[in-house]
Amino acid sequence: MRFTKDHEWVELDGDTATVGITAYAAEQLGDVVFVELPAPGKKVEAGGDMAVVESVKAASDVYAPLSGEVTAANGELSDNPQTVNDGPESSGWLVKIKVADPSQMEKLMDRAAYEAFLGTL
Amino acid sequence: MSAEALLQTPLTGAHRRAGARMVDFAGYDMPVQYAPGVLKEHLWTRAHAGLFDVSHMGPGFVTLETRSGDPAADHAAISALIEPLICGDVAGLAPGQLRYTLLLNEDGGIIDDLMIGRPLWENRQGMLYLVVNAARKAVDFPLIATAIDGRARLDRADDRALIAIQGPEAAAVLGGIVPEAAGLGFMRHARFDLEGTGLLVSRSGYTGEDGFEILALPEMAVKLWDRLAADPRVEPVGLGARDSLRLEAGLPLWGHDIDETTSPVEAALDFALSKKRLKAGAIRGSARIARERAEGPARVRVGLRVLQGAPAREGAAIADAQGHEIGVVTSGGFSPSLGAPIAMGYVPPAFAAPGTALQVIVRGRPQTAEVASLPFTPHRYHRAAA
Repeated sequence: MRFTKDHEWVELDGDTATVGITAYAAEQLGDVVFVELPAPGKKVEAGGDMAVVESVKAASDVYAPLSGEVTAANGELSDNPQTVNDGPESSGWLVKIKVADPSQMEKLMDRAAYEAFLGTL
Repeated sequence: MSAEALLQTPLTGAHRRAGARMVDFAGYDMPVQYAPGVLKEHLWTRAHAGLFDVSHMGPGFVTLETRSGDPAADHAAISALIEPLICGDVAGLAPGQLRYTLLLNEDGGIIDDLMIGRPLWENRQGMLYLVVNAARKAVDFPLIATAIDGRARLDRADDRALIAIQGPEAAAVLGGIVPEAAGLGFMRHARFDLEGTGLLVSRSGYTGEDGFEILALPEMAVKLWDRLAADPRVEPVGLGARDSLRLEAGLPLWGHDIDETTSPVEAALDFALSKKRLKAGAIRGSARIARERAEGPARVRVGLRVLQGAPAREGAAIADAQGHEIGVVTSGGFSPSLGAPIAMGYVPPAFAAPGTALQVIVRGRPQTAEVASLPFTPHRYHRAAA
């Protein structure tokens, strides 16, 4: 699993990346009450808007960690947005992206680097 | 952001010890939420009792420089000094009564909303208790002090703590510590003694629930907070849930739902207008207010239920069913009690009837919404048995 400074995580399987928000991000956001996800087929750019996760108080943008095409969105979240809090780095995944260039992963942080980054916040 | 240090309340230490997440609110270092989070704190307040630090607000007292000693005459004299600034009836307050009112500008725009109270005891007549919004202290206090200069004085009390306890179990909890408080009627206030220290307790709040607001000296406030927080029926609640509670209760927030451009009629706060003073033209902005009451205002504050999609937050456009933009959301979010998004905003009166089908535009996309009567969740204020 790799991480961004915007608190997204990515897990790559072949050329398909599963993306979500980190446990830290979910904790900071609080109870998630609404998740807006892109439709399959949508092209996303690394660092560009991908999804919106909302708590009672605020809406937070989620950026695409990698460029590619969305192949699936987690349908469970429309009925149970709280799943993002229950399993942010597992069942609360947001989208799957068919990645144009898997080597993009190398630019992202590994867990040790992400945790070191959290320590600076 | 300003580099100045944030102001602390007497309870800041208690919040930090409780693990609160602190934010800058109106220049104060305030708890936005505690460990349970906004959703759970909100629901706890509706079911039990929520404890709030609202010390950032602006309590104060105005007092006649020279009292005659005749309680009725002294109340009439202090009322006559304050009434020209506000839209309500102060002279007609009963001893101990508290009233929600509005400070108006010359055009009838709302400078602030505030509470004003007449002391209960005979020996304190000629004095009024005020509580203004945190973000408006710098405007309201000089305005009031100037208006009463020479005849009365303003004593700010925002160096004290203001604690709110709100929810269906609030009266039982506070009554266990200050027994007399449970006997207060809704929108009444009185001074009670706790361990030799005076507390000014009002039966009021901004959540739609029964509850109290307590003005206390800092040292006593910390002791009282700790005693209240130790009660199993009580959880501390941050400003995040305070905002979602007041939104469900349909209560406007200055700087969002009301400001110097909105009139009491537009804001659907007509109930705060003294009909007698309005008829006499004795309220600032009387001409505009009377015209809006007769002909209808250009826009009016309404509640909205968002029927699909994301919460519509402040600044989202409101459109009619055909998609023509007709207004704007001034407060919006997710209602924990209803499990759905709700909002308040302004629309022309032709679109203000409950049930009217509208749209809200969120991130460029229209979502269906409809006008809802306010409050979204019923008020459960304390009504004394007849």
